[in-house]
Amino acid sequence: MKVESNNFIELASIAIQNTEQQAAVRRGTRNGYLNRLAAFTQFGYEHGQHLRMQAAAAKRRALKSLPDLLEEAEARMTENGITVLWAEDAAEARHHVQEIAARHHVKRIVKSKSMLTEEIELNDVLQGAGLDVVETDLGEYIVQIGGEHPSHIVAPIIHKSKESIRDLMVEKLGMPFTDSSGEMVAFARQRLRPIYLDADMGISGGNFVVAETGTIGLVTNEGNGRLCTSAPRVHVVLVGIEKVVESVEDYALLTQVLPRAGTGQHMTVYTSMINGPRRPDDPDGPEAVYVVLVDNGRSAIYATKYAEVLTCVRCGACQNACPVYRSTGGGAYGWVYGGPIGAVLTPLYVGLENAKPLPYASSLCGACKQVCPVDIDLPRMLLDLRCDMEVRGYGSRVYGVGLWVWSFTQRWPWSYRLAAWAARVGQRIMGRWHPGPIGAWAKYRDVPTFAPKTFHQLWAEREEVMSRK
Amino acid sequence: MAEPNRESPKGKTVSLFVTCIVDMMYPQTGMSVVTILERLGVKVIFPMAQTCCGQPAFNGGNRREAARVAKQFLRAFDGAEVIVTPSGSCATMVRHEFPTLFAGDSFWGPRAERAASITWEFSEYLVDGLGVTDLGGRLDTPRKVGLHDACHGLRLLKLGRQARALIGGIENAEVSEVPDCDVCCGFGGLFAVKMPDVSGSMLQDKVNSITGSEADVVVTGDASCLTQINGGLARSESAVRCVHLADLLAESLEGQEAPK
Ligand code: SF4
Repeated sequence: MKVESNNFIELASIAIQNTEQQAAVRRGTRNGYLNRLAAFTQFGYEHGQHLRMQAAAAKRRALKSLPDLLEEAEARMTENGITVLWAEDAAEARHHVQEIAARHHVKRIVKSKSMLTEEIELNDVLQGAGLDVVETDLGEYIVQIGGEHPSHIVAPIIHKSKESIRDLMVEKLGMPFTDSSGEMVAFARQRLRPIYLDADMGISGGNFVVAETGTIGLVTNEGNGRLCTSAPRVHVVLVGIEKVVESVEDYALLTQVLPRAGTGQHMTVYTSMINGPRRPDDPDGPEAVYVVLVDNGRSAIYATKYAEVLTCVRCGACQNACPVYRSTGGGAYGWVYGGPIGAVLTPLYVGLENAKPLPYASSLCGACKQVCPVDIDLPRMLLDLRCDMEVRGYGSRVYGVGLWVWSFTQRWPWSYRLAAWAARVGQRIMGRWHPGPIGAWAKYRDVPTFAPKTFHQLWAEREEVMSRK
Repeated sequence: MAEPNRESPKGKTVSLFVTCIVDMMYPQTGMSVVTILERLGVKVIFPMAQTCCGQPAFNGGNRREAARVAKQFLRAFDGAEVIVTPSGSCATMVRHEFPTLFAGDSFWGPRAERAASITWEFSEYLVDGLGVTDLGGRLDTPRKVGLHDACHGLRLLKLGRQARALIGGIENAEVSEVPDCDVCCGFGGLFAVKMPDVSGSMLQDKVNSITGSEADVVVTGDASCLTQINGGLARSESAVRCVHLADLLAESLEGQEAPK
């Protein structure tokens, strides 16, 4: 996926004009936000906070011993009969999958939802190699037939109205016209069923990798995940190296927190623990299971002050809570991940120079940290990234100069007084003429006026009166 | 909850930090703070050398310029017993960011730590610091008062309850919650100028929440949000306005007898 993050401001402005999308995103994020709130406060605010803190501690512990845990996970998975492969970057990960497909004479692939495969652009390459790849998560299926990209981590088509989904299904799938979402779901389900049974290979992501048992943890809601991972002959898991956790106990904790944060559920409808290929006495399951542990920039982040961002469990709560995301939707962020987590991850993954506006795409209101189930300090990271941007000279020149002038006026009482006077006089002279940044302000709101006298002046006058008494 | 282990500010002289925006645009709000504190018998001084806390540069990612401005703050407030400011955002800057800005600096570091430890946001100072919620104020006509919980104060200083208690203490004022009172108004300093369309869209949501509510007036603790919100309310031709908590309190005290 072409990185378009440097166009955030333009893309955001276009998105804001799109009233249908605006309504859909606002409705979706609001529901997500409220459902999360209800789930986390059901047993009281304190209980919810404790859950978050325990989850954060579990993920941070795992992060600390990440190299050891990865080795442990590899050993256990191998014992379980899983073939473990490592991929340093996207190209290597794609290569592994292609090779596995060739080895097992695979023609048709079904996929369950995975943001990582978006990140490494897996579908394009597989389809380019003549393989038939079908997304089976309903939202991802719509994304695929529409030739789009998911705009939200857990709700890929949050930006679409029911009507536009219906029209797309009528056009691309020949669905009979309907107004009922139930009928739409049933239609998609009927289309997808035979495809699972026909598929040679299933590809899934992994929400967690349990090191002590070598288990892949998968949380889904539609049941498509189960079909993808058990019906076809071969199952390939693509999972980021940061997904490993210490123990089954931590996994149990995190599967309570992730659904609460993402959708407000106490548990997802399906919570799978995948331990390996079909054993001789198993009635079904794949003949072969591969786990590709993908780095793709993660180790590089591990070595920086942003390491904590690797504890993200991809729940999407920060997107639902973010007023910027609510206004722009995910597409405007110009890459795979939108919202606050995207504003932090994108520059770290694709390079600061390719995502210059993203760290500034926040009012630093802090809502993202407040809802994050693992308490990632996203606002702090956005601030640090802004700092890195400035240091590398990627900040805006105009604002840099403006900031310097401003700082100059604030550094001494005399220059401050001068600036206060100049601002007042300047405003009087300019009247209703609003150049540059003031014009930007005036587009949506009335411009405030400077007071005739500053507080400094009022106070000095007061002191004089008092001293005369 | 008040932060634990903060030294009580009772009986100490208050050095007022009005903030640059109140200084230049809303000096009356500064005077309201002085009026209220003096009624409570607090001695207030105003260090004339004060300018800004440096937050615009800090949030812009320019820590060098932020530190330069912050040093002027520390010079101006050197020797202060207690610092009170009518802004949750600026109080957050001093409390949370100054110590990190000067971490490892043996000269400015300790000064920043001290400033952080004695700085209070206005409503927090009254309620948590002095233990006052009822100032004895009264409005001429009954009004429904909504709130906008400004982000930094709400999330980093845990403010919100204090302003509600103080409004509850005013006769004829009734707290009437505005939906989404804890959602950002879209100001965010440079953000509003850098990304005007996004900021404007966030503002429109805030304006819609307010105009759709029952509030006759909306109180906030930050002059910057107030500027943003009032700019939007005026544009939408609503009669509702946002006022600073200090101004509503001061208005309620006009003509009321000072406590003995
Ligand atoms: S940063 Fe936190 S809230 Fe956002 S997706 Fe990751 S875990 Fe969820």
